[in-house]
Amino acid sequence: MGSTSDFSRRDLIKRAAALGIVTVPAMSALSACASSGDGGGEKVEKGEKSAKNPLAVNDSAALDVVIFDGGFGDKYAKDAQAEYVAAFPKTKGKVKLTSTQKIQSTLQPRFNGGNPPDLVDNSGAEQMDFGTLVSKNQLADLTPLLDAPSMDDPSKKVRDTLRPGVVEMGQFGGKETWIMYYAYTVYGVWYSKTNLKKVADAEYPETWDEMLAVCEKAKKKGVAGWTYPGKYPYYLPFSLYPFIAKIGGAEVLRKIDNLEPNAWKDPAVKAAFDAYYELYKKGYVLKGSPGLDHLQSQKAWAEGKALFIPNGSWVENESAQQIGKNPDFQLSVGAPSSLSGSDKMPFGTIWASGGEPYIVPRQAKNVPGGMEMLRIMLSKKSSQNFIKQVSSLTSLNGGTEGLKLPPGLDSAQQALQKAGQNIVNPRIQDWYVALQKEKIGVGALGEMMAGRMTPDEAINKIQKYADETREDSSVKKYKR
Amino acid sequence: MQHGKYRFIAGFLVLPLAIYAIFVISPFVQAIYYSFTDWTGLSSDMRMVGFDNYTRLFKDSVFWASVGNSVTLLLLLPVVTLSLGLFFAFMLNVGGRRRKKAVIGGVRGSGTYKILYFFPQVLSIPIVALLFQFAYNPESGALNAFFNAIGLGGVQPDWLGDPQLALWCIMGAMIWANVGFYVVLFSAGMSSIPKDFYEAALLDGANRFNTFFRITLPLLWDTVQTGWIYMGILALDVSAFAFVQIMSVGPGGPDYSTEVLPLYVYQKTFRDGQAGYATSIGVSLLIVTLIFSAIVMRLGRRERLEF
Repeated sequence: MGSTSDFSRRDLIKRAAALGIVTVPAMSALSACASSGDGGGEKVEKGEKSAKNPLAVNDSAALDVVIFDGGFGDKYAKDAQAEYVAAFPKTKGKVKLTSTQKIQSTLQPRFNGGNPPDLVDNSGAEQMDFGTLVSKNQLADLTPLLDAPSMDDPSKKVRDTLRPGVVEMGQFGGKETWIMYYAYTVYGVWYSKTNLKKVADAEYPETWDEMLAVCEKAKKKGVAGWTYPGKYPYYLPFSLYPFIAKIGGAEVLRKIDNLEPNAWKDPAVKAAFDAYYELYKKGYVLKGSPGLDHLQSQKAWAEGKALFIPNGSWVENESAQQIGKNPDFQLSVGAPSSLSGSDKMPFGTIWASGGEPYIVPRQAKNVPGGMEMLRIMLSKKSSQNFIKQVSSLTSLNGGTEGLKLPPGLDSAQQALQKAGQNIVNPRIQDWYVALQKEKIGVGALGEMMAGRMTPDEAINKIQKYADETREDSSVKKYKR
Repeated sequence: MQHGKYRFIAGFLVLPLAIYAIFVISPFVQAIYYSFTDWTGLSSDMRMVGFDNYTRLFKDSVFWASVGNSVTLLLLLPVVTLSLGLFFAFMLNVGGRRRKKAVIGGVRGSGTYKILYFFPQVLSIPIVALLFQFAYNPESGALNAFFNAIGLGGVQPDWLGDPQLALWCIMGAMIWANVGFYVVLFSAGMSSIPKDFYEAALLDGANRFNTFFRITLPLLWDTVQTGWIYMGILALDVSAFAFVQIMSVGPGGPDYSTEVLPLYVYQKTFRDGQAGYATSIGVSLLIVTLIFSAIVMRLGRRERLEF
């Protein structure tokens, strides 16, 4: 080539390459899941409705189930799958069950493309946003399932066999029920009875003064009172929110859920925050907790480096290995201690609610099949299987008769009985995920418990976050 | 002979260009289009919202925090990584004591070092990130254990749990993971520099400092520039995302101190169901990237040295 051109061959190639390299990774990921329209979605034909098949499942149609493989594993679902095949033998080999921890990144393209699975356990860190799913009409109404006869007693509807509050949790302000919470989780302060006895020679402290005294004793022996997963500070609310409700009444949490102005400025919130902050100030929190993740903090706690940890009933299964190393660990759950005699709710007030949210996508090919699978899972047999395997309760009311419960679950059961009507269920956790986990959790509670923010600063910051969420038109709002 | 030159080039490039257009250009255009919609990512139902997403960006403090962190990474990561890479490569190839026959050579045992340096490159990013996460564990991690061992038990930082330190901790892991590659890359570049240049310089009494800045660096400039661009993209993109996602508190915390643009895009798409807004963040990431590459190419423009 001549050489009078204003660019050299090398330059051309280099520039093109550089631009290509620069821009490809930045953008292509974004449109990798670009919408492909509501194609797919050819529904399978309905089967014949009968007493044994009230949901009219097509007895030879394929079923596609996706399970979140987290604290509970996926064995219980595989067992239910076997039951499904046993009930509909022609589906043998056509029932597909996949388990993943990456619910959203696996399923988002499928929802978007209109060919979602028939049943999804939408749980874990990568939970798909329920508000969005509901508002975009992506979920099937589970009313037929709720009105179908239960597996164990055909004279009862599935609806009537569930624990109180479970159906309501699956609703979003309307009559339709979009979500079936399968597990039933008890949140609170988890501890080892034996360890508490050994270190502080005490029973679970029912008042905050006792709590501080226990922590003081433990500190003298070189054991921390509390630890928590500082990497995910949104575990703190598991004991903090019911504490707030206990001090100021369930009304305070309702206002918080409804994003009412100044809901966080309630004196009960301040009192609860002050009490937790005191734990930090007096050095009762395990050193380094702000840098631990959930497994690391549970490990430190199970090894006896700290007495208490805010957690949910899955901890028994998740930490089974470490707890197992100490045969007389005696795992128990405690309700928030009383701050003073003038607390609005009695001791025993606890947070319990549905966990493991199952959904049946509206565009699924085999909607009745997905619901039938849930009906099987809500039978006594599958329920007991779940309880035995992962030591957690299910939404099926009762079902524990004749089972020898592991210590943690047994204590959770007792805590529920003691709480009676005083069960709170803050909805901010499933309604406003980003607000709850990242903004309140990481942005304020974590900072406060690490000592970088005072309770007042934390409250102001959280109130600001809540106000921002209320004003944010891109977030769907709920009321209770 | 200039006549028809472009047509000639284009003739050869039709197929690659077409592939490029389909797989690279069109996603761009789509992404830019989606950034003007309220697409949720969970359904194909969406409508145009004009510049809403962009006006929202300007008011979004988390977005600005992530821009700040991304730009910090972008400015520091290439400088530190490449400087270290250059330094090590120089020591391994040129910086050694003069031995009998060879004019120049690396420090003793440079072959072994080369392998050691390259080793992190063999590990996948998540493994490196996890390794460092264990080391940073304030409860049982290697770093705090080390402080304990040397009698500094009182100094027990929270590392990843401390907003002042978290970003630096992650940057440390990223540098560790990447330096090795540049050591090898620059070593290759240095070995193609004729030995007699060094011989002449050494005869004239040049020291290591001079040989590095007068000979090695100028002759290596093209390689450095390429490395710079690669490193910059790493700092803005995949690598930053993976490290922050795996290592940081939250992730993105504590208190947004490690939030970076690609992670924010991911969170908005895959957690909050706001893919439309996420694409507009992506577009701003594109703009940052373009500005970066423009600056690098302008600054890097130098007289080419032929040898």
